[in-house]
Formats: sequence, structure tokens, C-alpha cells
Amino acid sequence: MIPRRRLDLRDGRVDMSHGAGGRAMADLIDGLFRPALANPFLDQGNDQACVPVPPGSRMVMTTDSYVVSPLFFPGGDIGSLSVHGTINDLAMAGARPLYLCAGFVIEEGFPLADLQRIATSMGRAAAEAGVPVVTGDTKVVQRGKADGVFVTTTGVGAVPDGLMLSGDRARPGDVVLVSGSMGDHGVAIMSSRENLEFETAIVSDAASLHGLVAAMVAAAGPHLRTLRDPTRGGLAATLNELARQSGVGFRIEEAAIPVKAQVAAACELLGLDPLFVANEGKLVAVVAPAGVTAVLGAMRADPLGRDAAVIGRVVADDQRFVQMTTRFGGGRIVDWLSGEQLPRIC
Amino acid sequence: MKYVDEYRDAGLARGLAAVIAQEARRDYAFMEFCGGHTHAISRYGLADLLPASVRLIHGPGCPVCVLPVGRVDDAIRLASNPAVTLCTYADMMRVPGSAGASLQKAKAAGADVRMVYSSLDAVRIAETEPRREVVFFAIGFETTTPPTAIALRQAIAKGLHNFSVFCNHVLTPVAMRAILDAPAVALDGFIGPAHVSTVIGSAAYQDFAEVYRKPVVIAGFEPLDVMQAVLMLVRQVNDGRCMVENQYIRAVTEQGNRTAQALCDAVFEIRDAFEWRGLGLVPRSALRLRPEYAPFDAEQRFEVRTIPAADNPACACPDILRGAKNPTDCKLFGTACTPETPVGACMVSSEGACAAHWTYGRFRDRAAA
Repeated sequence: MIPRRRLDLRDGRVDMSHGAGGRAMADLIDGLFRPALANPFLDQGNDQACVPVPPGSRMVMTTDSYVVSPLFFPGGDIGSLSVHGTINDLAMAGARPLYLCAGFVIEEGFPLADLQRIATSMGRAAAEAGVPVVTGDTKVVQRGKADGVFVTTTGVGAVPDGLMLSGDRARPGDVVLVSGSMGDHGVAIMSSRENLEFETAIVSDAASLHGLVAAMVAAAGPHLRTLRDPTRGGLAATLNELARQSGVGFRIEEAAIPVKAQVAAACELLGLDPLFVANEGKLVAVVAPAGVTAVLGAMRADPLGRDAAVIGRVVADDQRFVQMTTRFGGGRIVDWLSGEQLPRIC
Repeated sequence: MKYVDEYRDAGLARGLAAVIAQEARRDYAFMEFCGGHTHAISRYGLADLLPASVRLIHGPGCPVCVLPVGRVDDAIRLASNPAVTLCTYADMMRVPGSAGASLQKAKAAGADVRMVYSSLDAVRIAETEPRREVVFFAIGFETTTPPTAIALRQAIAKGLHNFSVFCNHVLTPVAMRAILDAPAVALDGFIGPAHVSTVIGSAAYQDFAEVYRKPVVIAGFEPLDVMQAVLMLVRQVNDGRCMVENQYIRAVTEQGNRTAQALCDAVFEIRDAFEWRGLGLVPRSALRLRPEYAPFDAEQRFEVRTIPAADNPACACPDILRGAKNPTDCKLFGTACTPETPVGACMVSSEGACAAHWTYGRFRDRAAA
């Protein structure tokens, strides 16, 4: 559709009229969002999308809000992040992600050029993942009532009948794997915070993991118990959540957990522990022993699981401790994160 | 990671552990003064490597933990002044003041509290927000004192009149002396501070060896540093020696950092007395700004009148800070008091004995039970 009025995408800013439901809003949608996110469902221009449901499957739904600061960071931005993060929440159920919808809350005065950059990045990430943004919503709030832009994406996917992945299915004896290095996303964000800038070559690992998950399911579907992406709170939070859900404990080996040297160094400098730092393109898998070889092989064959590793196992523990043998040889707990370590990481 | 991994080598640790076990011929009680050591001991699980005959007693060297409730209340009152932006190191945010108040709760209620990584961040805020009264909540031992002095000098050089310092800096050797003057436990020696000693130098501990007849081994904060310091202490005790030895030669010299010392002398003077949680009122144990810096002293600018306030009577923090009790001896530990709902300051900072044991070591309580 041809915009009725050209948006000044170079120097223009979002104003209150862009969210008021009038012509300016239509111009914003037609001139900025629609070209960036184009697909047949969105192009129908309805307030909702009517989509086909695949037979022989169950629907999976999830939603996530993104408030990351800064909006643009090494390896991504809020637009691509809001695609990857929500797709990953679907994928962790073993689902094939099908559709996304996106809600934007934009602060008055936000540069249209930045908004276009974000929408374009979102569209590119969605196209690469093969998951279209089929409908959406735009709101504008007064200056000072938001911080640039907040994005909420909702995802719908389908999981084939018979496949059941859930956080309550870890059993003593199961094996714990991670798909790659821990802490990249959080450190990339920290390195670009205005009061903390430090030079590092680390980029966010933000990526959509449904392809990796599909390969794992194909290799050893019935042996997969649980998948989860260790986002806020990092590996530590994820393992503690799973311990609580399944009523078990974990024993992990620090030396087996992949952490990039630069991430380790940045964490050392900032007094952080990489196990608590967020990831946006990694997963934790709990696998029955019989499936470990097949799952690990499938993970390592995928570029997003190249550095996959076995890091420990599930144990019986009525106190649900996540215990770790340190690289140094002693034992410790890997506890829940207390307080906030890195606010607004996603 | 170069220059770090070398000090966390499991093979060397096993070797040192074997030598310590071989040479230990009695029970030993060593106090690690610093929270940094407490943290390293818990985080790397040193208890699993040391023989049962070596007991490490956590000392009071956690800057957040030793600050009395009254001073936390002062900071909360300062932050609640609508004109004030209070800049603080993150650890102070959740420390409980009177009646369950904290800077974090004050912030949620509208106070302008900012977490900073560096004292210079506070100066930058004062510069960019000239209409705000920026108060830097200065806490810590000799390690964090020079950065406060530098921030103050920088603010003056920039002509910033909206910057002031709420000074709570305290002195390590004085606190060590207080512990030895009123011993809660029989100590065989000290693992001496790491970062503090880079500033004050190893000579500052000579009294403890000569007058108090206690071995002191200054040690770095890496786990192998601690293991090696334990071995050096065991050997001093076995030989009947009382000396200040320096394991941390890669950073600590005999005289310390003279430049930093001179800067601090120029900016700060010793208070007549200061209250410590756990140690009570200790004479000449803390610093305040010299009179010529009065315009930048938040205590004067905002007429801070500290009202002494009691700790929660059930909280064992005061005894834990003196080494008289272990975290598990406190009936609040892990019940009413956890890192999410801290009752005492020792449960807040990662350098606090209770937080370290809860976060890293509480699985051992089950084995002991």
C-alpha cells in the first residue's frame, strides 16, 4: 500500500498523533511497519489475523515484553530480540513456531529513523526464522512516560501430538546439557551501557533456536525431558527453576560449563558470575541417559549448538539444591539470584 | 583468563592441601579479616580442601556489614530529601535500617537513589545534573577511601557546589586491635587483608606480631592465595614464630601506596570514635572530612545527627562479625533471614559471612546434621 503522506524517516520523530488512531497513525503503519514486516496476513490490514491451524498438533502460546536498555547493542537490538526471545519460548516446548504478533509502546519524540531500524531488524529476524508477524498494535505515550520504545511479542506455535517437554519431567539420573557458552548476551548489553562502556568483542548470542530444537527432537525426541532457555538469571536461575518444578537436585561441574574467555574476564572485572548472566540464544536440555549421545551429536551438528556440552546430571534431593564442583575442586551451591544483577537485560 | 586462572588451579590446590594436612599437628583457628576472603573461601569450596583441624573464622572486614543501623538510617534520611540524589555502591541498597527500611525501599517510594560502580560516577552525575544535590554515600575500608578522596578533589576542581560526601570510611588495623583486645575466640593468627594492604602496606600490621604475638599473613583474594596463606600460618604456629608475612607480594609492598596515603591524609582526619556493628563504639577507628572540606561534607551540609539504633535483638550479626558465632548459630539464619529478606547486614553483601554461607555453603549443614 502506498503511504498517503511521506513520513520523514530521516529526521522525523514520533508524536502523539502517531498513536491517536487518525491519519498519522495510518501513515506510520503503512509507511514504516508494513514494509518492514510485510507478509500476506499483515497485508490484509485487519486488527487481527485469521491463520490456519496445523492438524495433529497442539497449539502453544507465549508472550514476552522487551524493555532492554540500550535499544541497540552489539549483536542485535530490541526488534530482533523480541523475535528471537518469543520464538525460543515456543521452541522450548518442542513447538514449531508459526506466527508472531507485536505490540509497540513508543515514547513521544522517539526518532522515526530508530523506529524504522528496529522494525526492519524485527522483520529480518522474523523472515529468517520463517515466522511472520501477522498482526500488531501501536501506542504512543507522552515524553517521559516510557523509555524510547517497549515491545511485546506474542507467539503461537504447534507441537506434534506425542511430544511432551516440560520443566517437571527431570528425573534423577538424567543428564544436563547446554548448547553453548554462557553469559554472552548479558555481557554484550553491559558493555554498551552508558555508564559502564568497556571495549569487548563479545556480541549478544540472540538467535532463534527452533531449528536446533527440531534437530534434537528428530534425533532423540522421546528421550528429551525438558528444554529451557537460560535468559534472565542465567543458567543458575534455570536450573533452580527446574529443580523446583521437578522436585530434584542438580550436580554440575564448573569446568564443563562453556564460558568465553572475554565473558569470564568481563564478569571478573564487574564482580558478576557468568552462571547468573543472561543468554538469548542458548538452551539447557535435560535428557534421559539413553538419548545423550544422539542429542549431543545433533546439537553439535547445528551452528547454534556447536559448543554444546554435558555439564552435569539430575540427582535426588528433597532440598532441591543445585550443587557444583568448582574448577578449584571444592563444592558450592549455585543459588537463585538475589536482588537484581543486571536490570533491563531483555 | 591469564593472571587469574593460575591462582585457581585445582592441581596446585590439591598439592597445597596435602602439604597442609601433612604439616598440621594440632587444631588451628585463623581469622580471615576480609569479606573478600570469606567470599573466596565459600565460593571455591575451600572447606572441602582444608583438613578439619584448620578452622577459618570469618572476621568483620565487610564494609557493608560493619556499618551500624544508625548510619544506614542517616543515608535513608538523606535520600528522602527531595533535593538529594544519593549515589551508593550497590551492596548498600538492601541493607536494613531501622524498622525494616532500606535504600531500596526508599527508592521505590520515590527517593532518588542511584547505584554507582565508581565514586567518579557520582561526580559525573553532579556535573550533568547541576540542580540536584548529589551526595556520595562513601563506605568501606582503606581500599575505597582513596577513590572517595579523588572524587572530592575532582568535584572541587570542576567547581561543583552540588556535590558532597557522606563519609563512613573505617580503619582496618584499629578493628583488628579491637578484636584482639576483647577476644571472642582464641585466634592463632590472621589472614591479612589483600586490597587494603595494597594501600596501607604490610608494615601496618607489625604491632600484631610484636605486641599481640599473633602471626599475620597478608594474602590475595584468589583461592590459591588463601590456601598458601593457611600453610604459611600453620608453619608460623608450628615454629612458634609471630611475624607479618606477605603472601601477596604481587601487589602489596611494605610501605603500601604512599600517594594514596598522602591524598587521604590531606582530605580526611580521624574521628574520635565511631560505632561499628559487632564491635560497638571504637575510638579513632573511622575517618571524616577535614574542616577545610566542610562545604563538601554531607554531614554538615544536611546537618546529619546520627541517632544510634539497635540491631534486631534476635540477629546474631554482631557476634558473627566478631567471630564469636557462626552463621548457623543464629536462629534467624535461613528462616526469617535470607538474601531476599535480610534481617542483618551479614546476609546482604556477598562479602558477608551469612550471605556467603547461605549462597554457597549451606549444603554442608545437611551433611553435618
